[in-house]
Amino acid sequence: MKGKRMHDTIKRAAAGLAALFLTVPAWAAGGAKAAAATPDPARDWDLLWNEVIFDITIIGILFAIVTAWFIWQARRRPGNEVGASVPLSPASAVGWVVIPIFVFLSIDLYTAANGWVLWNTFRDVPANRMEIKLEAGMYSWDYTYPNGVRTQNELVVPAGTPIVLRMTSRDTLHSHYIPDFRVKEDSMPGRITYLWFNPTKPGEHIVTCAEYCGVMHGYMAGRIIVKAPEEYAAWMKGEETRLAALTAPEPAPAAKPAKPAAKKT
Amino acid sequence: MNLKEWIFTTDHKRVGVLYLIGSIAAFAVAGIMALLMRAELSTIGPTITANPTQYNVWLYTHGAVMILGFQIPALTGFFANYCIPLMIGAKDVAFPRVNALSVWLFYVGVILALLTFFIPDPPDVMWTGYPPYSTITTGNTAMYSFTVLILGFASIIGGVNFLTTVAYMRAPGITLNKLNIFVWCTLAAFVLQLIFVPVLGTAVSLISMDKYLGTNFFDPTKGGDVLTYQNLFWFYSHPAVYVIFLPFIGVVYEIIAAHAKNMVFNYKMVVYGGVGGIVLLAGEVWVHHLYVSGMADWLRIGQMVTTLMISIPVGLMMIGLIGTLYKGSIAFTTPMLYALGVVFLFLIGGLTGIPLAVPSLTIGVSDTYYVVGHFHYVMAVAGTFAIFGGVYHWFPKMTGKMYNEFWGKLGFWITFVGVNIVFWIMMDVGVKGMPRRYYDYAHFPQFEGAHQWMTVGAAILAVGFTIAILNWILGAINGKPAGDNPWGSPSLEWTTVSPPPHGNWPSPPSVSEDWHPYGFKKG
Ligand code: HEM
Ligand SMILES: [Cu+2]
Ligand SMILES: [Cu+2]
Repeated sequence: MKGKRMHDTIKRAAAGLAALFLTVPAWAAGGAKAAAATPDPARDWDLLWNEVIFDITIIGILFAIVTAWFIWQARRRPGNEVGASVPLSPASAVGWVVIPIFVFLSIDLYTAANGWVLWNTFRDVPANRMEIKLEAGMYSWDYTYPNGVRTQNELVVPAGTPIVLRMTSRDTLHSHYIPDFRVKEDSMPGRITYLWFNPTKPGEHIVTCAEYCGVMHGYMAGRIIVKAPEEYAAWMKGEETRLAALTAPEPAPAAKPAKPAAKKT
Repeated sequence: MNLKEWIFTTDHKRVGVLYLIGSIAAFAVAGIMALLMRAELSTIGPTITANPTQYNVWLYTHGAVMILGFQIPALTGFFANYCIPLMIGAKDVAFPRVNALSVWLFYVGVILALLTFFIPDPPDVMWTGYPPYSTITTGNTAMYSFTVLILGFASIIGGVNFLTTVAYMRAPGITLNKLNIFVWCTLAAFVLQLIFVPVLGTAVSLISMDKYLGTNFFDPTKGGDVLTYQNLFWFYSHPAVYVIFLPFIGVVYEIIAAHAKNMVFNYKMVVYGGVGGIVLLAGEVWVHHLYVSGMADWLRIGQMVTTLMISIPVGLMMIGLIGTLYKGSIAFTTPMLYALGVVFLFLIGGLTGIPLAVPSLTIGVSDTYYVVGHFHYVMAVAGTFAIFGGVYHWFPKMTGKMYNEFWGKLGFWITFVGVNIVFWIMMDVGVKGMPRRYYDYAHFPQFEGAHQWMTVGAAILAVGFTIAILNWILGAINGKPAGDNPWGSPSLEWTTVSPPPHGNWPSPPSVSEDWHPYGFKKG
């Protein structure tokens, strides 16, 4: 009798969980709706991060309360000198394996699906991007713009244009970390890695090295300066003139202007 | 009882005690390194040293010694040696001399690690030793390689020894389903060591060959590849966290069962689902340490799924623990407090690991203090609490004497408060952008207050740990007699006298049909 009820409970719970499990692709697809505008990975990161932190906080608190309650209930006192657990029936022993597996697996796959959607946001570089080369070295960030302009430890970019960094290193590992944009990726000799971010409005953001690279690792910092497009264009003009002056003797090769600058003029 | 007898001992209990003394010494040294680091970070700019390399050497020593000199030897050296033969009713291990060799090698490794403080250019490669830095630094990378190799070798030969011991030397009547959970956990840990340590040995040998012998395994300008090292290193070092996790959770199972006087909940679930599941998954998740290292995208996504799936066996083991508390008869002794501490610390550490399993979230917090806070909760501190609880639990067996309960509990509570201050704040500043392995944080002035709180927390927890260690020393010298079985446990190690004689039992033990290590009876 009791065995049967147990059995039914297990069956019902398993069916419910299987349903949850099957809806995962649907939930995952839900995350991919805002496809039209340029995505904002940093904002999406905050959304998913907050959701996951919220979930684990709830799970953690519930779990802690239940555990604390069990512990208090089971304290040793007169009349409770020895534990009262009895061996589980085979059905419930199996149930205690199968049900948790379903619960954990559905949480896992749900998290994974959402994580994957966000991953694609971070890795699929928008078409209207500006490509900048980055060479990291002990201990500086050296940027090269598409038109050949170079800067060190300061990257000036126009608001509204997605920026992709194609990164390598001339010595040890480094990791170009921009906390405000929630993104980093290591750079190393012999490989090109990339990251992209979407500077939506003017402002300044710290760049800091997140992979141990040597003695001065903690001092390997820089800035990303986001300017309004017109200001950026003016700044870039100045840099181009400077570059031209530097390379005056030889006729300047047809330097391509940066895409966003071209759009605005 | 002279020194020579101890050094040349082949008695598994003495070998175990030698492991304990060595690993607690290593813990003290590495702990002092942690305090020095926290002191340095308490203000922006130079605080107690103006030399960043000095800080890096502290951090290197702290990480390497805590893992290779303290936690792994304490768990697979001390607890395994002391408890496994007693728990299975054996007179000793299968190869007592090999056992002696392993503890000698361990001491050689620890001494090598401590020489760091006396050589001119100590290693500053962090415990991970990533090239290219480790192959171009002026620091002594060979020292790092040899320390790792020797400690690794000590552990492998221990592994062979214990697998053989449990396979062939169980007392009559002790079937596989009557092994203590701790024995299962430790066997699994040794299986992992046997499979994966050779890979680590290869990795650290290759960096020294690159640096000193002119090979180019990791130099891309000469056909090598930088990432190969990271793959090799973590192919071992992720399983290594289970080499730590499994025995420490095994210790926690023993403590909770004995002090709640309750049978382990769903034994087979814990052994086959929990321990077995971890062994199966251990080798398939290393890429989660390389989520921002520039690995192929499909690997990052693939191992996100396997990493999340680790929640299944680990969750089953947590269910087993809670189930053992449920309907128990819980005495809040010092070992029990530490074990309950592990449950709550591990809860925080485990849950904060979920976002770290997801590459797209890790892309924001990888290599920050969030990660450092997380792994201290889940492994460093939870493991240390288990070790301290375990030493308290078997203290009466080892010495025949009782430690002081009052100081034991006080030490626990002080440490518990301290670790939560340090590592909670650590996770918080990490999410806000504080990167790890920083000697200075001049461009993050907003974190100075948090850093000061962490330093205060570290000072508090250091007081708590010191109280515990003093409590053992004083208890071993003049504690009250404890009797053979103060916790009333049916587990075999409690059925012999305290401390057990050479050979463990006056006459070979055998167990009855209905005996079980967790079959607690009234009375
Ligand atoms: C108990 C007090 C402890 C304190 C206050 C402490 C403090 C710290 C701090 C502040 C760091 C990071 C510093 C940085 O990134 O610049 C660190 C790193 C680390 N700690 Fe601890 N720790 C403690 C215990 C432990 C234990 C018991 C272990 C054992 C496994 C451990 C293992 C590590 C490792 C592996 C690292 C990373 C080293 C690296 O970055 O290469 N710690 N610890
Ligand atoms: Cu760097
Ligand atoms: Cu760096």
